[in-house]
Amino acid sequence: MAHLEITQLTKRYGAFVALERIELAVERGEFLVLLGPSGCGKTTLLRAIAGLERQDEGRIVHAGRDISQLSPALRDYGIVFQSYALFPNLSVADNVAYGLNSRRADRRLVRKRVEEMLELVGLPGSQPKFPAQLSGGQQQRVALARALATSPDLLLLDEPLSALDAIERVRLRSEIRSLQNRLGVTTIMVTHDQEEALAMADRIVVMRGGRIQQIGGPQEIYRAPGNDFVADFIGRGNLLDATGAGPQHVRVGDLLLRCAGPTSEGHRQRFYVRPEDIRLHGTLDQGENSFYAHVLKCEFLGAYSLVTLQAPTGDGRPLVAQFSSNYLCGREIHPGATLRVGIPAEHLRPLPEAA
Amino acid sequence: MKVAGLSTLPPGRRATVSERLGGPLLLLAAVALAIFLLLPLGALLLGAVRDDAGAFSLARFAEFAATPGMATAVWNTLWVAVVVTAITVPLAFVYAYAIERACLPLRGLWRIVGLSALLGPSLVGAIAFIQWFGTQGVLKAWLGETSVYGPVGIVMATVYASFPHALMILVVALATADGRLYEAADALSASRWRKFVTVTLPGARYGLISAALVVFAYSVSEFGIPKVIGGNFPVLAVEIYVQVVGQHNFGRGAVVALLLLLPVLLAFAIDWWVQRRQQAGLSARAVPYRPRPDWRRDLPLLFYCLLLAMAMLGILGMAAYTSLVRFWPYNLELSLDHYIYGLAEAGVLDAWLNSLRIAGLTALFGTPFVFFTAWLLEKGQGGPTGLRPLVRALAALPMGVPGLVLGIGYILFFNAPDNPLNGLYQTLAIMVIANIVHYYTACHLTALTALKGIDREFEAVSASLKVSPFVTLWRVTLPVCLPAVLEIARYLFINAMTTVSALVFLYSPTTLPASVAILNLDEAGELGPAAAMATLIVLTSTAISLLYSFVTHLLFRRHQAWRQGQR
Repeated sequence: MAHLEITQLTKRYGAFVALERIELAVERGEFLVLLGPSGCGKTTLLRAIAGLERQDEGRIVHAGRDISQLSPALRDYGIVFQSYALFPNLSVADNVAYGLNSRRADRRLVRKRVEEMLELVGLPGSQPKFPAQLSGGQQQRVALARALATSPDLLLLDEPLSALDAIERVRLRSEIRSLQNRLGVTTIMVTHDQEEALAMADRIVVMRGGRIQQIGGPQEIYRAPGNDFVADFIGRGNLLDATGAGPQHVRVGDLLLRCAGPTSEGHRQRFYVRPEDIRLHGTLDQGENSFYAHVLKCEFLGAYSLVTLQAPTGDGRPLVAQFSSNYLCGREIHPGATLRVGIPAEHLRPLPEAA
Repeated sequence: MKVAGLSTLPPGRRATVSERLGGPLLLLAAVALAIFLLLPLGALLLGAVRDDAGAFSLARFAEFAATPGMATAVWNTLWVAVVVTAITVPLAFVYAYAIERACLPLRGLWRIVGLSALLGPSLVGAIAFIQWFGTQGVLKAWLGETSVYGPVGIVMATVYASFPHALMILVVALATADGRLYEAADALSASRWRKFVTVTLPGARYGLISAALVVFAYSVSEFGIPKVIGGNFPVLAVEIYVQVVGQHNFGRGAVVALLLLLPVLLAFAIDWWVQRRQQAGLSARAVPYRPRPDWRRDLPLLFYCLLLAMAMLGILGMAAYTSLVRFWPYNLELSLDHYIYGLAEAGVLDAWLNSLRIAGLTALFGTPFVFFTAWLLEKGQGGPTGLRPLVRALAALPMGVPGLVLGIGYILFFNAPDNPLNGLYQTLAIMVIANIVHYYTACHLTALTALKGIDREFEAVSASLKVSPFVTLWRVTLPVCLPAVLEIARYLFINAMTTVSALVFLYSPTTLPASVAILNLDEAGELGPAAAMATLIVLTSTAISLLYSFVTHLLFRRHQAWRQGQR
């Protein structure tokens, strides 16, 4: 049995269904990320696990104990919120010790534990400070130390990085991940930032409209999205409507492309292509699956350029390609130019029919 | 809440004791509010629709309508309220505009003087206007042939007394402006007038509506002023007093009280509805508006403030002066005779001590009750469905119930021989309770605003750390909200010190409060001692306000390390 097992979890607010029959199993020591746009139910799911929202139906079993109807205080977890939720009138030490004091532990032990926790989150010696005297990132580290001080069995992170600036966010996210690796605490994090999810998660749960869309490792979610929504939400993608044209060939608009999987004559199928999988060919290079495309727009974004192309793919939707700067080797792309681009067969990924 | 699969759960605790305590405690608060607010109002309603034998009848209404002069009283009450509103709101708006949107020196001083009328009972204005414009008034000539005893005096004194109420609302409405809107208007080279009409006024419109309704309701339910300066001019509020205290006709009093309750309740219902429609006017990205010095705007406004402040100080000063003058207007020698012989020797000084006791107890018990109830409501969980909306409604209702109406409700309810709470009648306790209930709404809103201002996840965090919510209330929420708690205590104290309306029906000879004593002294023609008593009240309120400022100042200095940016 999994460490945390959620079965048939449903939560409604009046007519609005926030969570619909959620089935989820989290393994011990796993870093699980709930990912989705706002209003997808990810936060509600986290709050249901924390006992802060009570589900209408379904069960939550944590470490073999049915906690479905237990109040938050009777569950075993630590939680970190986007807003830090640090007690402003208490010093950093008192904040971290907040859950320790009530257990009437020895003062000296408490002090030692606080020291240990602050060391762990990289803020040694900040005990006497007040939260208002710390930066956002430091405050979130204190919140993390406070949540972990009582050695909870489960760590819940509710958009912990969303309130931080970009640089701090990237730094703290790798710190959280390595901390989690070291402590081995089972962690569930909510985020709407796909990059964050890809960078941190062991497994990602993509959600929309109160339902789970797909569960899988970062690579799997990115490489083999289960449906349109996941393909669209994780990274950029180009959708292509195709018709089968003989074995291993499909017709996309005016183009005849070879694909890796089997097809059958006349069978309608959809594929998607990641922008970074589109290749740039020499103008006269007649490689497989290559074709001419018109440059509509080129955005230079430092490490790479995003190029919007008009190609004879049939439906008039522009094709977005991403060329890394070192791939282009200084070659400049101007709007109005014509390029020879190609889609390698193995990167033409079939997408299941829309639900 | 629907809980499916409950029967399959293993037996055992589902919540800690302290988590389960929140619901019952809130229920207790709701019961207290129901007993001391809903039931008296219910008794009032019943009293109005029952005849002397106790059967249901509308006879009292018919009787009331047939009484000569009642229609006049209703009409008088309404038109005076409209005139007072039409004068007070523009006066207060310009004053608030000068404080918030101009670069005046001594802004704090103008503000304090503008709110000074709150320090004394409403009667202070009435007494002062009698001294200024009355039969032997200093400025009697200003009014020509018109007598101050009547609508003129009522309007003047009510404008003075309601001015700070309007000012408080309008200062808040004008204090929050988005500077970007003015920058945009400047960039489009809009004229001063156009900016005022298109940016300032729309931004303050909810405040204006609110101020107008508050002033209207104040004027309708004000009783002391027409009693003292109204002469023979009949208004509803005085009519209730005459019926109940003069003629012991409680049934008739109940009918008039209902009539008084209607417009006031309506005014606050409208206000509540309007405020609900108000979107958060200021987004998090708004840049606060900072006025730049501009003498063409500032100089007239400074002059205006000076004029109004002088008038207000003149009114307060006249009351103090009257209390010190030996025999107005024949012997203007200064002495403490009114205090010594008029109050102390006449045994009326006890009233001041009573008031101190009542005000102290009101603040002492009211503050924790209000704050704790607001906390249970906002941060707690549990309790039967519908409890929270009910408590919210109960907390909002007192705003729309004039003190007079509450007072009659209390008489009818607690004086009933078969009421087990009958023992409370004519005690100090019932006056304290009446005060807490009467001023509940404003205190509740203050507490609620403070509670909403702190992170809403504190309770979740402490639950996850297995700390009782009550511990978090004590260790975190209360310290963070301390300024609001002190503000509630000060508000309750000063209002309990100065109020007349509810208490006038509830006191016994041994619990006579100072503000009611003024009324009685005035009735006996003892204007000097009445003014002395009023001055004592003003001084007490001032002392408490100073103490409050001192304590909050100290608090912010001690908590400087963590209260950064909270002021």
